[in-house]
Order: sequence, then C-alpha cells, then structure tokens
Amino acid sequence: MKWEVVIGLETHAQLSTQSKIFSGASIAFGAAPNTQASAVDIALPGVLPVLNKGAVERAIRFGLSVGASIAPRSIFARKNYFYPDLPKGYQISQYELPVVSGGTIKINVDGVEKSVRLTRAHLEEDAGKSLHEDFHGASGIDLNRAGTPLLEIVSEPDMRSSKEAVAYAKALHTLVRWIGICDGNMQEGSFRCDANVSVRPMGSDKLGTRREIKNLNSFRFLQQAIDYEVRWQIETLEDGGRIQQATVLFDPETGETRAMRSKEDAQDYRYFPDPDLLPLEISASWINQVREVLPELPEAMAERFAREYGLTPYDAQMLTASRETAAYFEATVKAVGGEPKICANWIIGDLTAQLNRSELDISETPIGTTALAGLIKRIIDNTISGKIAKEVFEAMWAGEGVADDIIEKRGLRQISDSGAIEKIIDEIIAANPAQVGEYRAGKEKAFNFFVGQAMKASKGKANPAQVNDILRRKLAG
Amino acid sequence: MLNSTLKELSDLLAAKKISSVELTQYFLNRINRFNPSLNAFITIDEEKSFAQAKAADARIASGEHAALTGIPIAQKDIFCADGWLTTCGSKMLANFVSPYDAHVIRQFNQAGAVILGKTNMDEFAMGSSNETSWFGSVKNPWDLDTVPGGSSGGSAAAVAARIAPAATGTDTGGSIRQPAAFTGICGIKPTYGVVSRYGMIAFASSLDQGGPMARTAEDLGLLLNVMAGFDERDSTSLDRPKEDYTRDLDKPLAGLRIGLPKEYFTDGLAPEVRRAVETAIAEYRRLGAQVKEVGLPNTRLGIPIYYVIAPAEASSNLSRFDGVRYGYRASEYTDLTDMYEKSRAEGFGAEVKRRIMIGTYVLSHGYYDAYYLQAQKLRRLIAQDFQAAFSEVDVIMGPTTPTTSFNFGDKSTDPVQMYLNDVYSVAANLAGLPGMSIPVGFDDKGRTVGLQIVGNYFAEAKMLNVAHQYQKVTDWHQRMPAGIE
Repeated sequence: MKWEVVIGLETHAQLSTQSKIFSGASIAFGAAPNTQASAVDIALPGVLPVLNKGAVERAIRFGLSVGASIAPRSIFARKNYFYPDLPKGYQISQYELPVVSGGTIKINVDGVEKSVRLTRAHLEEDAGKSLHEDFHGASGIDLNRAGTPLLEIVSEPDMRSSKEAVAYAKALHTLVRWIGICDGNMQEGSFRCDANVSVRPMGSDKLGTRREIKNLNSFRFLQQAIDYEVRWQIETLEDGGRIQQATVLFDPETGETRAMRSKEDAQDYRYFPDPDLLPLEISASWINQVREVLPELPEAMAERFAREYGLTPYDAQMLTASRETAAYFEATVKAVGGEPKICANWIIGDLTAQLNRSELDISETPIGTTALAGLIKRIIDNTISGKIAKEVFEAMWAGEGVADDIIEKRGLRQISDSGAIEKIIDEIIAANPAQVGEYRAGKEKAFNFFVGQAMKASKGKANPAQVNDILRRKLAG
Repeated sequence: MLNSTLKELSDLLAAKKISSVELTQYFLNRINRFNPSLNAFITIDEEKSFAQAKAADARIASGEHAALTGIPIAQKDIFCADGWLTTCGSKMLANFVSPYDAHVIRQFNQAGAVILGKTNMDEFAMGSSNETSWFGSVKNPWDLDTVPGGSSGGSAAAVAARIAPAATGTDTGGSIRQPAAFTGICGIKPTYGVVSRYGMIAFASSLDQGGPMARTAEDLGLLLNVMAGFDERDSTSLDRPKEDYTRDLDKPLAGLRIGLPKEYFTDGLAPEVRRAVETAIAEYRRLGAQVKEVGLPNTRLGIPIYYVIAPAEASSNLSRFDGVRYGYRASEYTDLTDMYEKSRAEGFGAEVKRRIMIGTYVLSHGYYDAYYLQAQKLRRLIAQDFQAAFSEVDVIMGPTTPTTSFNFGDKSTDPVQMYLNDVYSVAANLAGLPGMSIPVGFDDKGRTVGLQIVGNYFAEAKMLNVAHQYQKVTDWHQRMPAGIE
C-alpha cells in the first residue's frame, strides 16, 4: 500500500524582549541559576503577573507578517499542573482566544512552491529548568527561564514529508529573525519544534492517529525524527498494528523515537481564564503602528530582487535568507555600482562557504561590503581574472588588506599586453610540436592543453580571452 | 485613650501630647493583657513596631505629620510584610517570613503608620468563624464563647477589644463585613480594583479586596485614603485619580434614597437582627432619607455561584504551596508525587482542602461548562440586579448577616450552614461593588448586629457619609465589650 505522510508543527519561539512576559526580570541566557528569578517568577505568596507589552507587540508583528488576523480581544488562561520547575502550579498561556489566528507560510521544496496554513499563534510563559545531574540523588531547579515569553506558532497538518516540514521550520526561523521577534538560537532553545506526525493510505481524506514528537531543537533532528517516526508508523500499520495517540521523544544518539506518555495518562489541565490578568485588548491603531515599522518581508524582498536585479528565484531566495544577508547584498551592489549577478555569485558562493567553514554569521564577516566590492570591481575592469580573484579573496579573508593592495603586493595584475602573451604562446608552440600536429589534425581537445600551458606559464595572470584569441590565430598556422 | 478614634489619636500626635512610641507601648501592653484570651494576633514583634514608632516620632518632630503618622495598625496576616512572619493562618506558611511588602503595607509604611502586629484569620481566608485558623480560633470580645466571624476575625476582635485602634482586613465573600457585624465595629470592602492586591495572599483573585476595619466611618475614610490607589503591579488595579474618602462625611442626608431588597428580609433572617436593622432604617428616615423596597431577584443564586467561582480560583491560586520553594514540606516522602501529596495533605487544613477539591472538580474536563462557565454567566445577572436597583436608589441597606454571632462548634461541622452566613455579603463581591457594615444594635443575648450598606461602583465616599451621619446621632459604635478596661 502507498502511504501519505501528514505533519503539523508546533513551534515555540522565544521572544526577544528585555524582560519576562509577566515580570521585570531579565531573560538573558546563561546567567548563574536562579539569579534572574524575581518574586513573581518564583511565585512568592501574594505576587501578581503584569503583562509585558513588548511581548504583545512582537506577537502583532508576527501576525501581520504572515497575513493572520490579530484578535482585538484575547484571553490569558491558566494551565494547571504540578511540576517543580513550574512555580505557580500553573502556566499562563492562551487557550480559547489566542492573539493571532490564521495566516500562511510559503515554502519551496525542490522548486515546488506551497503554502502552509497556520492555525494560530499564542503568547505564553516558559517554565524553569529541572537539572537532574550533579545533585546526588536530588534534582536542582533553575528558575531563570521561568516566565520567559514564548510565541507558540501552530501550523495546520499541511506538510506531506520531512523535507516540507524542515522547509517550513526554516522559513519560520528566517521570518522570526527577520522581523526581529526571536534570536532563533536553536542551541539555547530559543526556537524549538514539536512535530505531530501521522500516516494514512494514499487517497484517504481521514487523518491517521498522530504521535507528537517533542522538543526538536535542530533542523537535522527534525528531519531524522520525522523520518524515523514515519517508518515506524508505516511498519506498525503494515504489520497489522494500530497507532496509539502518544507523546514521544527523539533520541539523537539512537536516531529513534520512544513514547513518553500515551493519551490515557493525559492530564486534565483545568484551563480557565486567569483572573489576575485582564483580557488583552489590541486596538486598530496599535496594529497600524506596528505595521508601519514592519520591515520589507523576505518573500516580497526576494520578488523585488528577482525583478530589480534580474536574479534567478533561487539566488533571490538565498540572498533573502536573513535581513543581514539581504542588506549585505544590496550594499555590495551599490558599492560596485551595478553587476548584481556577479555580486550575488560571490556572496552565495565564496563568502557563504567561508562563513560556514569559520562558523560565522554574516554580521561577523571579516570582509565588509566595501571590501568585497573593491574585489569585484577589479574583476569587472579586467585587472584580475575570476580565478585570481579567488586567491585575492582568500588573502582578504586572512586579513592581508584590501584587494588592490594584495593584487599589487603579489603582482597578480592580469597580463593583457598582447605582445607579452604572444611571446609566451610562441614558446609553448615551439616546445610542443606533437600537440600542434594533433590539433591541426582536428583534435580539438589539444587546444585545452595549450590554454593550460599558457595560464601555467603566466602564473594564471594572462587574460584568458586574449589567450584564446591568440592561440586560435597562431595554431591555425 | 481606650475609646479614642484614629482621628482623635492623630490630633494628639500632631499636638505632641503623646508620642507614637507611647501610643504603640499602650496598645502593646493591652495586647499582652488581652490577647492570651482573645488570640487575635498571630505575630507581635515589639522591636519592629517600636522602630517604626520612633521613625514616626522623628517625622512628626520634623513637622512632617500626615493623618496616620505614628498610628499603630494591626495588619491581617494575609498581607506580606518585609521581615514579618506572614502565615495566612496556615500551617503551610507557619515558617514563611516575607521578603517583601504588600502594596497596602507599603502604603501604610509610607504614611508613617506603625505595624502593631499580624492578626489571626481563617486559613487562607476560608471561613466565616475563624475556626479554620491553624493558630487556633479567635474569641469574640463580647462573649468569649462565640465566634468573632471570619475570615478577618483577628482584626475584628482586636479593634472591638480596643487592643488595636484600627486594622486591615480582606473580603472575598464577606470577610470584612461579617466579622465587623459580629464584633460591633465598622468595615468596608471597597469597589473591586480600588485597593491593590499585590502582596495580599490570593484566595479568589476576582473577588478578593482589601479594606479597613475600625470603629467609626470617619476612621475608615482615613484608612482608605492610605490603602486605596492605583498600583501598576496589580493588573486589576484601577487607574483613577486619588480621592479623599472623607470629603463628603458631613453632607446632610436629606433626599438620600435608600433601597431595601425584599429578598433580604425573609424567613432566614433572625427576628432580632431584623428589628435592629429596621430601627436603624427608621433613624435614617429621621435624618431625611427616603426608603423604598427594591428587588434583587437573583439573591438566592449568590451562594451557589460564589461556592463555584471562589473554590475554582482558590484551587489554582493555592497550587504554589507545593513544598518546593518555601513553606511546609513533609519530613518524609518517597518521590516527587509523594512529597506533593504529603506536604499539601499535612500543610492544609480541612476547609482549605475541601475548597481545593470543589474547585478542582468544577474546573475539570466535562464539568467546566456546567459549573464554572455557568457560574460566570449567572454572576453577571447578580451585577445586573444591582444596576437596576441603583437606577432607583443611592444605597442599598439590609442586614450584614442573617444571625448574630454563634457559639464555637455550632456550624463548623456543617459547611453549608456556615456558607449560608454569607448570603447577604457575597453579592457585593460577585458584582465588584463596595459594601460596608456598621454596628446598629444588639440582640437579646447582647450580641452585636451589623447594618450592611452597599453602594454603586466608586461610591465609597457616599457610603462613608451615610454611615458617618448615622454615627453622629447614635452611639452603637462607642459601646465597648465588658471586661476590657
């Protein structure tokens, strides 16, 4: 039987506010345990939550950027359960009336575009952390993270493969950083996904029973976990088994998922509106204020890049992977004074490769836009060839200075003096009579041999176009 | 000094006829004498009180005298006070020393008042007789065999016995007004949102409201001036201009329209309470008020609605008492769940556990709509009843409680009988309206009767005016229990 995979994602994006969602404590990562937990965060008797407007503003930004509707009135509810890293004994979240409803995220898998619908996005607070190691039989509780603002973004079950799920997660990841609501740091847990996975016979319109894979904090794990889970579910069904609704964890060591709890032991969270917080009311004028300062979104910018700069959709998408990349590209084109395609190639190619090798973000690049433009200009005016440019680029990366200085110091200026090139070619022809014979007998391949020899003799500096012309002429005899 | 009002004490301090240290000493002496039989206080800390009294004297000496500067005030043990044991009447918090001040405490401290001590109360404010306190019940100074009411029973008994000139209370379903009625003093629960709940240990967040307890309406006004006001740390605090609650005290009552809800004067009302209330109404007629009957048709729903909503909120509010970070933790347990279960089973008393169970039940999947949601809908009907009545009258009057104080043990075995004691008081909380109780007489056994006055939203100054005019022509508020001199 052929099976269809159905995936929906729930993503927790930590909002980039200064302070917590219901208290004034800092949310900076990495502080000593319990040094960033205020009276409210540790739930002392008598303390009360006060909503951080910055978190709401970020939720509005998100809603606007995915074409969702922003609720004029939404409700914070209490989700009640006991756990030591949940100091109040309840989590404040949004349940029946979320702040953001609807919207879509566009993805592109193997050249095929697709819209993934969003169900909702709601504001909530994070819990603290339970530390089970190094406490000699006891557990440690760190409440620094307790009360950190989260936007939980829930998709419809619109994805049909792990590839689509990863594309969706990446698009969302780009977007939240783009609009500045989340730093996207997956290692620190600022952006993490739960995947709801089910399978059904191809052609069926009934959803299969789903299992939810919790807390996936890398795109690779997301893909691996879904792939494993899909195989497991199909095998189970083909062996005549049934899927039980369950929450599962992915173990990166074994690459397997295992059930954490089944639906039977699902807790009753006894949601009810939090009486300590008034309904969240968002006026049309607040939404308009946020809309006015919203940056150009990646999709719109990619379309503009393709249109204005004549780039391929692929290049445009690559260059809009982050706001920093896009800004880098536009600044480089401006500094060069045109030639967007060459600029794009250098940024997507050599620069990105070097950044990846050095594990740097484009904001940390040692080669700025003016410097890269300086290099590209020398390619355009034929001072150096594209090949030599790569050597210059390496030197620039190593901190040897700007392109012009490196070209001068290393004597890399392209030889465009036809007399000099002719001299080199004459010597090569004289030294290789056998190959000349082959070429003249119609063996076109031999031509490349002469080009190689000429470039080698000029240490790569001969103008390749001129080398070609002169060679053709001389070999023709 | 024994029977002096806050106003009179304040004048003595301002005129430097007495110092705050002397005044504080005077009341601490009285506490030492009478508290062993009354059990009105859980914590006394003379050192802390005197430090504040000295600071107040210094302020007065430098000419910086406000109405409450140097006045000792008893604080209900539900208000967190920095460095003070703050127990909420529970074993669960019997070891909890608060590291911060509640908004109300901060307001009093800034006004230069002295914390005289922390008063006994029903555990987590759940009770109408003060019998649920982990620290033992408070005795009613009028008759030590009877209850002082609850949950602010310690504050009420302290003011009635003149071992504190004034006190704070909190009122979720009548916890200021009912003990005021049972002890012959005055108490006002302001409009919901007027007094910040920050640092006031939550029982039922949408109903809880702090307020003053004293012997005269004028004193309530002085206290409310300090307690009320916007606090950005409480999202339900109302951002309104500061007001002087004593501004209208002296206005004559001619033309005042008083409504008597017919639903309050039925079979459940004790005849002697009815007689005292009717006598008070007659006095108001003499003061120029017009009296008419009004209807509050949903009155009978008040108790059922209240006993769904209040326990629901409480069941969640009290989840933080889990033995993990502070408060009581069972000494022996096998794992996390066992620690939770034992700590909470041992740390909470029977009434608190009963309400947590009711609240958990009504919020549970499958019951939420039938109980909690339904109660919230009906709650609006109660508020609408009052708005209809206030289109015809300025204030609503009636008995604060259906009976006078009762003996220890009379109702503590029957929770429903105990709950029915709040039949006239819960409506103000459900509607968020201000309500107060003033003494208007005695029954045949010498037990005090309270008159409840309910006003429209933000009508506190009007209500205090109504009470003050009555107190100018009567002396119930000056009567003292025997044996306290």
